[in-house]
Amino acid sequence: MLDKVTKQKLVVIGNGMAGIRTVEALLERAPDLYDITVFGSEPYGNYNRILLSPVLAGEKTVDDIMLNTVDWYEDNNITLRKGETITMIDRRTCEVVTEAGERVPYDRLLIATGSNPIMLPLPGKDLPGVIGFRDIYDVDRMIKASTDYRNAVVIGGGLLGLEAANGLMKRGMNVTVVHLLDTLMERQLDPVAGGLLRKSLEERGMVFKMPAQTQAILGEDRVTGVRFGDGTELPADLVVMAVGIRPNFELAKKAGLYCERGIVVSDTMQTYDGRIYAVGECVQHRRQTYGLVAPLFDQAKVCANHLAMKGFATYDGSVTSTKLKVTGIDLFSAGDFAPGPDKEEIVLQDANRGVYKRIILKDKKIVGAVLYGDTIDGPWYFQHLRDGTDVSHMRERLVFGAANLGDGGVSGQSSVAAMSDETEICGCNGVCKGAIVKAISEKKLFTLDDVRAHTKASSSCGSCTGLVEQVLAFTLGGDYSAAPKVKPLCKCTDHSHDDVRRVIVEQQLKTIPAVMRFMEWKTLNGCHSCRPALNYYLLATWPGEYRDDQQSRFINERVHANIQKDGTYSVVPRMWGGVTTPSELRAIADVAEKFNIPTVKVTGGQRIDLLGVKKEDLPAVWADLNDAGMVSGHAYAKGLRTVKTCVGSEWCRFGTQDSTGLGVKLEKFMWGSWTPAKVKLGVSGCPRNCAEATCKDVGVVCVDSGYEIHFAGAAGLHIKGTEFLTKVETEDECLEVIVALTQLYREEGWYLERMYKWCDRVGLEQIRKRVVDDVANRKALFARFGYSQQFAQTDPWAERASRGVDRNEFAPLAELELA
Amino acid sequence: MTQWIEIGALTDIPRLGSRVVRTPGGNIAVFRTESDEVFALDDRCPHKGGPLSQGIVHNKRVTCPLHNFVIELASGQAVAPDEGCTHTHPAKVENGVVWLSVRQAAAVS
Ligand SMILES: Cc1cc2nc3c(=O)[nH]c(=O)nc-3n(C[C@H](O)[C@H](O)[C@H](O)COP(=O)(O)OP(=O)(O)OC[C@H]3O[C@@H](n4cnc5c(N)ncnc54)[C@H](O)[C@@H]3O)c2cc1C
Ligand code: HEM
Ligand code: SF4
Ligand code: SF4
Ligand code: FES
Repeated sequence: MLDKVTKQKLVVIGNGMAGIRTVEALLERAPDLYDITVFGSEPYGNYNRILLSPVLAGEKTVDDIMLNTVDWYEDNNITLRKGETITMIDRRTCEVVTEAGERVPYDRLLIATGSNPIMLPLPGKDLPGVIGFRDIYDVDRMIKASTDYRNAVVIGGGLLGLEAANGLMKRGMNVTVVHLLDTLMERQLDPVAGGLLRKSLEERGMVFKMPAQTQAILGEDRVTGVRFGDGTELPADLVVMAVGIRPNFELAKKAGLYCERGIVVSDTMQTYDGRIYAVGECVQHRRQTYGLVAPLFDQAKVCANHLAMKGFATYDGSVTSTKLKVTGIDLFSAGDFAPGPDKEEIVLQDANRGVYKRIILKDKKIVGAVLYGDTIDGPWYFQHLRDGTDVSHMRERLVFGAANLGDGGVSGQSSVAAMSDETEICGCNGVCKGAIVKAISEKKLFTLDDVRAHTKASSSCGSCTGLVEQVLAFTLGGDYSAAPKVKPLCKCTDHSHDDVRRVIVEQQLKTIPAVMRFMEWKTLNGCHSCRPALNYYLLATWPGEYRDDQQSRFINERVHANIQKDGTYSVVPRMWGGVTTPSELRAIADVAEKFNIPTVKVTGGQRIDLLGVKKEDLPAVWADLNDAGMVSGHAYAKGLRTVKTCVGSEWCRFGTQDSTGLGVKLEKFMWGSWTPAKVKLGVSGCPRNCAEATCKDVGVVCVDSGYEIHFAGAAGLHIKGTEFLTKVETEDECLEVIVALTQLYREEGWYLERMYKWCDRVGLEQIRKRVVDDVANRKALFARFGYSQQFAQTDPWAERASRGVDRNEFAPLAELELA
Repeated sequence: MTQWIEIGALTDIPRLGSRVVRTPGGNIAVFRTESDEVFALDDRCPHKGGPLSQGIVHNKRVTCPLHNFVIELASGQAVAPDEGCTHTHPAKVENGVVWLSVRQAAAVS
């Protein structure tokens, strides 16, 4: 902690969703830059305010909605001063002042004070029993009141009011919602949708008094009733005011910061005092204030970037969409739907099904959408709204949604919304969309991990993770984006991949038990997620020193073959650069016949796959292949897999360089290396690109003047073209850059994170700087890779076929017969 | 009545690993935990029959290699939220020797 003295001090006022999301994003980008202190009036860690409604409705507990527990602050060296309110900012001395009068200095200050519920200035507003709906304290009081009293009045028929009313009703109270206007949620709904909503809430027992103006709150020691403008009265033991929120900027204003309806900030989330930033509901950006989390999280990201001194991001404002969180009611609204002369609307109303849809167009684009009863296409409309898509070509059928347009390809999001319940989402585990949606709604799942655990979707290859996330997003609406960002490695620990990798190096940890002990793993031997990850991290960090732990390897890597659904294995011998010989083919044919191997298939990576080999036959199969000069193709490995090539200048009339030869050279140099996830290469002899190099993890496209190196492509469930890294003139340079790139990925990638995801996370420029621009660093990376290859390049098949390594693995322990 | 059959040495099974015992009624997976306890289960995952012997063993559980069901070694029960149960067989270690009592099947070769 010595360096604390020299670190800059960041003080955060407001321990809420926007402030802490900013801190999390800052820690991701620059973990050690600041000494951080957070002040929060509430006596808790940071919790998911959105989910107060399900807590009130008894569908969740306060523990369920904690996002950052007190331990989290400690683990990240953040000083949390919960239950302490800041009463003044002294900009002259750069200090904040607490309620108790303590002065705390800052170098940078972040104001994230959120907002306060508006309490109408009515007679009786201060009586006990009159409350807002903003925090845990309010919810506690409402729950208490629901056990002691019968009658509740909720003032305000907006999103918040209806969620409060629904919760109180679920808790057994008689609830009347009082609304000034004659349409519920008038800011999100038009009168028709508002009417449908009112009808279905009434069917559930909610009572409405609208339009009605509240005139006074009655009572002496406690509220007893409410009186309205027309003179009528209603008995009430509890009055919840949910008429709106007011950005909480008094503190900033007193400090002389420029405020209008909120604290005015620039596109970098700075106030008029450049040392002071503000995010969340308390700010006003380009004349807008926001009351939903999605835009606040966008702000948080930009603010964190700037605080991390990576000041390239700017915030341009957000368009928002809304979903009402009342279980059983489907409602979606986005954009601007007030009628106007220059607007057109398309309406669909199906009274029998209780469905209503209204799409508002302006200049051939969607500017607003209101959906009731069938909200499945909400995200799809919202996507077009945000993208400003010209929708004139699909105008006639627009209102029927994405499915009816066959418009699946615009983005993943749209395709998910459009999918039928029978559509398979996870090909590996055969899980269809309906099953995921059902699990999410019935079992109240909120995170990807939950969905994985309950449905198995995305728990294997993980390539459908994006789709599953989208299913989550559209099933839960606004709730989903609230998942915390810094992900622990797995459920056995709170530490992230980066933490673990860093600590392994810093503390010189060299065995899995040592890591688990030092980092205080929560389980005895970890699990199937963290053990393979730790094994890889140790192997990559301590080449030659760390002893590979076979029991922490997934079966495929333990037995050097791919397990199949019936428990047999597949065997893929290496064919350097996809080139083979008649004698190799003959040997493969012989092996297939000798061991009755049922299927022989050519793979996508230019190799031959022998499928259906029995486990106990593996060593003998390998021995025969070894005898013919073939070694393991590592088709099972989180490591270098195949280098696919085309015939190049040796044969092809278009070829510019010897792509086949370069592919073979790369493969011979790199085979056997373990990487965070599989690595596939491709080398094409000219830009016609017959080896499909530009959708590989690393691809080379030969041109007359040299070699273009591309990387970070993918061609699985996600299809992504590569990024151009650099161009070099010689084969040797080409090899050096590719090896250095792979080594950087080996040192920094998270286990199971493909190269393209790593690139997304770290940034192309960062990678190029260290692999291409910084030549000394490139050479050092290259040398480290070479060093580690000494220990990696032994054929695992030969070890097992002839040297008896792991003999036990392949033979049964005993054979029992019937008596 | 429990009939115990000697199936091998404890050291023949890797720690946090498993070996298979062949029987006419199908394979039985014998597991060894970090603290040298042994457990025996039918080598069939309750989900889609995956070979549990090939899974990663952690504490007193094994993760099926096919789709990651986690099975309790002692009870054969899938850990929630998954559902299902695998047949267990009594197993014990005495003086470094592993003994198995096959339910329903019997006798040694
Ligand atoms: C019941 C409910 C349901 C909601 N549902 C949704 C939804 O479905 N979707 C959606 O997008 N949004 C929803 N919202 C809105 C969302 O919760 C807010 O937009 C978000 O929490 C605002 O974040 P913030 O960080 O700006 O403010 P907050 O989360 O309110 O954090 C501000 C914190 O600062 C503290 N503070 C204030 N002043 C001081 C001071 N002087 N010193 C120290 N601490 C101080 C406060 O106590 C508070 O803890 C809902 C809100 C509520 C109340
Ligand atoms: C302008 C376009 C293209 C031209 C002129 C072209 C031309 C050729 C030629 C001449 C060959 C012959 C090499 C041989 O004789 O074996 C070849 C091979 C091949 N081409 Fe193309 N091609 C083109 C685009 C593509 C594309 C877009 C793909 C796939 C995405 C592709 C896939 C292949 C494959 C797989 C081979 C075999 C490569 C090998 O394994 O040797 N080609 N192409
Ligand atoms: S081989 Fe790949 S694409 Fe084919 S079924 Fe298996 S996981 Fe899916
Ligand atoms: S990529 Fe170019 S060199 Fe290679 S096979 Fe295709 S056309 Fe020929
Ligand atoms: S067969 Fe075991 S998890 Fe599917």
